[in-house]
Amino acid sequence: MDEISTSLGLAASLIAGADAKLYGIVGLSLRVSLSATLIACIAGMPIGAWLAVGRFAGRRVLIVLFNGMMGLPPVAVGLLIYLMLSRAGPLGSWGLLFTPGAMVIAQAVLVAPIVAALTRQVIADAWSEYREQLRSLGASRPRAAATLLWDGRFSLLTAGLAGFGRAIAEVGAVMIVGGNIDGATRVMTTTIALETSKGDLPLALALGFVLIALVLGINAVAYLLRGWAARRWG
Amino acid sequence: MSEYLRLESLGLAERGHTIVREINLSFAARRTLILGPNGAGKSTLLRLIHGLLKPSVGSVRWTEPLRQAMVFQRPIMLRTTVFKNVLYGLKLVRVGDGERERRAHEALERVGLAHLHGRAARVLSGGEQQRVALARAWALEPQLLFLDEPTASLDPASSREVERIIGEFADAGTRILMTTHNLGQARRLADEVVFIDEGRAVEQSPAADFFRQPRDARAAAFIREELL
Ligand SMILES: Nc1ncnc2c1ncn2[C@@H]1O[C@H](COP(=O)(O)OP(=O)(O)OP(=O)(O)O)[C@@H](O)[C@H]1O
Ligand SMILES: [Mg+2]
Repeated sequence: MDEISTSLGLAASLIAGADAKLYGIVGLSLRVSLSATLIACIAGMPIGAWLAVGRFAGRRVLIVLFNGMMGLPPVAVGLLIYLMLSRAGPLGSWGLLFTPGAMVIAQAVLVAPIVAALTRQVIADAWSEYREQLRSLGASRPRAAATLLWDGRFSLLTAGLAGFGRAIAEVGAVMIVGGNIDGATRVMTTTIALETSKGDLPLALALGFVLIALVLGINAVAYLLRGWAARRWG
Repeated sequence: MSEYLRLESLGLAERGHTIVREINLSFAARRTLILGPNGAGKSTLLRLIHGLLKPSVGSVRWTEPLRQAMVFQRPIMLRTTVFKNVLYGLKLVRVGDGERERRAHEALERVGLAHLHGRAARVLSGGEQQRVALARAWALEPQLLFLDEPTASLDPASSREVERIIGEFADAGTRILMTTHNLGQARRLADEVVFIDEGRAVEQSPAADFFRQPRDARAAAFIREELL
């Protein structure tokens, strides 16, 4: 009990004292997960829109596949990317293994299906509402998909934030491809796992608080934004 | 006026259920109103003619190919301003930038909504949204305008405003193909009436004749019911 309260006190002083190591780790986490989410959105949103609006063979199979991939285990994705990036792997020449770049790739792969599947849902609902009007105006399917992506921008923000929440909170994939190297590839989750296992609680606790605050804060912002958008644009 | 459209044995079946059957009609009037009970197939017929649905049998033959637009019962607005909603329709056809803006402004003036041009379209009232939909159609300068119960959920004042705008379309030379449940509105707007029942076109008459005495017994019964 005493140890926990001491740790809590130390954690609070790390956060309040702008501890360089703590904020270095938080900063790397944000850079990696934001980059991964951005890439995942750029790839996943058009894919999701096309799954909703397009007409092509294998569409249903792809929809089931992307929905299933929402629940991909991070360690499995990590392992896959590890094999691709390892020196003997097909992308070994990139020399990315155990760098933040590898972590970005792993998280992007993890998050893109989530963004695509959520986007598809949003766009499919809009498509059933707008379909006849857009066709009447002469919109081609790609054009309709682009229009619906723009029209659904506030709902899609939620999809992006869900992806970011998943990226920032996962530990398995970044642990494997990043290697949890001190000062290079340590992010919040991997540090928490390591420090906890070493019995060094203050840093782990401080990072845990920052992580929880981030995730809660992001969801609050998303909620407020959607409410604002609904009032402003209907 | 001369014939612009002919339907030849037009039919549509969905999952074994026949919705439109064996329709043979020729259209020439400026304003044709399609009447009939709920579920008769009026909306389906408009969609078939406009090309939103593909017929299972028969054909839609354009004697004169016409630029078309459609206004739906429930207006569909994008999450942007009134002005950009009108502009959107023009972006999909080959109209230059300056011309586009000019036409969008003119269309909003036509429907009396110029003062709302910067407002968010989806939070307007139903009647205002329907007028935005009419402006979007107006800007496209259609030669044929489809309207599927455009005043179904509007109050009398908004309905009359929509009727006025439809009248302006007709005066500008646009042909009108429209459904309604409002007999008074049909009387005010129609040059010609097509009566649909159970997917069949059972009567096509000049409006004056139809409202004096329909030839078809079901049409006569329909008018009596509506007037009760
Ligand atoms: N996609 C569809 N699949 C199966 N049945 C359909 C489909 N679309 C319409 N129907 C049926 O076809 C019939 C005609 O529908 P339609 O909407 O054209 O009628 P309507 O004359 O416009 O009726 P209302 O006056 O109520 O608007 C109805 O019985 C309807 O249930
Ligand atoms: Mg109808």
